[in-house]
Amino acid sequence: MTRKQKKRLIKICAATVLLIAVSCLPIQNPVLRFALYLLPYLTVGFDVLWTAVRHILHGQLFDEQFLMSVATLGAFALGENREAVAVMLLYQVGELFQSIAVGKSRRNIAALMEIRPESAVVLREGAEMTVSPEEVAVGETVLIRPGEKIPLDGVIIAGNTAIDAAALTGESLPLEKQPGDRVISGSVNLTGLIEVKTESIYADSMVAKILDLVENASSKKAKTETFITRFAKYYTPCVVGAALLLAVIPPLFVGGFAGWLRRALIFLVVSCPCALVISVPLSFFGGIGGASKKGILIKGSRQLEQLAAADTFVFDKTGTLTKGNFVVTEVLPVGMSEEELLCLAAMAESHSAHPIARSVTRAYPEPFDRERIRGMTEHPGQGIEAVIDGRRVFAGNARLMREIGITPAEPSVAGTAIYLARDGQYCGCLVITDEIKEDAPAAIAALQKLGIRKTVMLTGDRREIAQYVGDALQITQIRAELFPADKVNAIEELIAGGAKPAFTGDGINDAPVLARADVSIAMGALGSDAAIEAADVVLMDDKLSGVPAAVKIARKTMRIARQNVVFALSVKAAVLLLATLGFANMWIAIFADVGVAVLAILNAMRTMR
Amino acid sequence: MKKIYRVEDLDCAHCAAKMTEGIKKIDGVINAEVNFLTQKLTIEADDDRFDQIVKQAVKVCRSIEPDCRVLL
Repeated sequence: MTRKQKKRLIKICAATVLLIAVSCLPIQNPVLRFALYLLPYLTVGFDVLWTAVRHILHGQLFDEQFLMSVATLGAFALGENREAVAVMLLYQVGELFQSIAVGKSRRNIAALMEIRPESAVVLREGAEMTVSPEEVAVGETVLIRPGEKIPLDGVIIAGNTAIDAAALTGESLPLEKQPGDRVISGSVNLTGLIEVKTESIYADSMVAKILDLVENASSKKAKTETFITRFAKYYTPCVVGAALLLAVIPPLFVGGFAGWLRRALIFLVVSCPCALVISVPLSFFGGIGGASKKGILIKGSRQLEQLAAADTFVFDKTGTLTKGNFVVTEVLPVGMSEEELLCLAAMAESHSAHPIARSVTRAYPEPFDRERIRGMTEHPGQGIEAVIDGRRVFAGNARLMREIGITPAEPSVAGTAIYLARDGQYCGCLVITDEIKEDAPAAIAALQKLGIRKTVMLTGDRREIAQYVGDALQITQIRAELFPADKVNAIEELIAGGAKPAFTGDGINDAPVLARADVSIAMGALGSDAAIEAADVVLMDDKLSGVPAAVKIARKTMRIARQNVVFALSVKAAVLLLATLGFANMWIAIFADVGVAVLAILNAMRTMR
Repeated sequence: MKKIYRVEDLDCAHCAAKMTEGIKKIDGVINAEVNFLTQKLTIEADDDRFDQIVKQAVKVCRSIEPDCRVLL
């Protein structure tokens, strides 16, 4: 509790005691009784009255303090001394709660972002110096002890350690690092002493970028937020105007001025829009803060709103749904063992640097005598011809096989096939596919469970491969053999068709597509500045499960923000209606004001979890 | 030029919105925001008149919420 909050609490307690004491005194004289009730009233409400006066002097009408002052003074005028004190007392209690709740959520969010390194130990002329991270230049050597935060991005030049990047990526498994490896600022050095040569100044380092992004997120307002701001601007003057009319007009016709004044005062108490003005931005702030804890950076409330509304999820294939590495997935020998076929292929491809050839040699890690391979020739666009153990071996695509008079049976599984033939005899084939990421099926399934009925895959790859990956992941629409420009067109077609597409890519080469989609998600962004710049939502690691997780957070945040809007507005509307009809009292009004604000704040705090 | 200042004892979200609007109206201000949640004032304004503009902005804040202080 801050000093200000404590002071407020003491005043509240003192006023409560005084109020009870005064209520118990058997005093009949109305003037004396009023004077006695003024004691608790001023104890708890003097600040409010004084602030109201100062605001009026500054030309600020219709603020909370002014409205509360008028309402309570009005109650005194009606002879409702006890109500007047109680309303002021409860208003202060509510304000205190509100201040504590907001302070708490603010601290919680600050804790979520506790990745800012406070200092760096830099080696200068052989001596260790502790400086602030801003003072370290590029190329200097910083010393990081176990348990310390890595202050700047750089490369390890000495020492082995394990790094905890949980604060950045949400991934709690430590990463082993050794000399030559890059380390990212904001992660924590766990086990060993390391020396790191810095690669950027603090302002350009990952931790500064992330903090900047999260802190500025609340300035990109969502539609819901701008609606609330605009609404608040008109709400208070309208309700105050209505209160004035209510106090003046009906008594002219039906009389009973005091009763109508009481109703008007209730209007004043509920005329503050604070519940909305605090709780809606707080919901977004909490949602964005909570997401950042999980390694999901959302650039602003507007982006969060769009992510929650997205109904079509579009994915790039290579590097997003698949690992982008090629792996031998099928070995289909004819007249020899799988082992033999693999060995033959590996030997034939052993001198090639082609990614497909590399995947074949990786699949057969056993050492073999390179002397057995003689006279290797490359047939561009077709494959390889080599002499192995004195026998002529061909390894390549179907065209190469036809060239030597063999018509191989096409394998039934999708992927790139490499056919092998020895001395004119067909030996079988290998099928190579781009490996699907382990968590991709679960991520797509999770999106479908979230009610996303349309998922689209865009790829420059061949149709069969695209179809294979798409089928394995149960993606609803597959667009293959696309040029980069076609991907932008594909997004535009979706938008023209009324969809709200969210595009997920790895941030490399797909900047135009990221820019075109309603909301764009970049994966594997830890260490990639381009992706952070381009996308609306940034997943720090390259796990696809971050996409449904981000959608869930966005939807939950929107749900809570909407709940708050509907709850606050309907309670206020109901109380206004009841007050007009004469069924409401001050107690209900005070609940509609501060009670609703506190409940809405508590609800907003749920977004952080 | 763009600068960020901390604001102390900013107690009401509605006031923060009012301050934002008031500061944006000051001549020479390109963009401004009083953020209730981070308790920060961001001003982007003409370089040559910046100090004067900030002074005016502080005045705006104090007229709306007399208790709050901008830490310059």
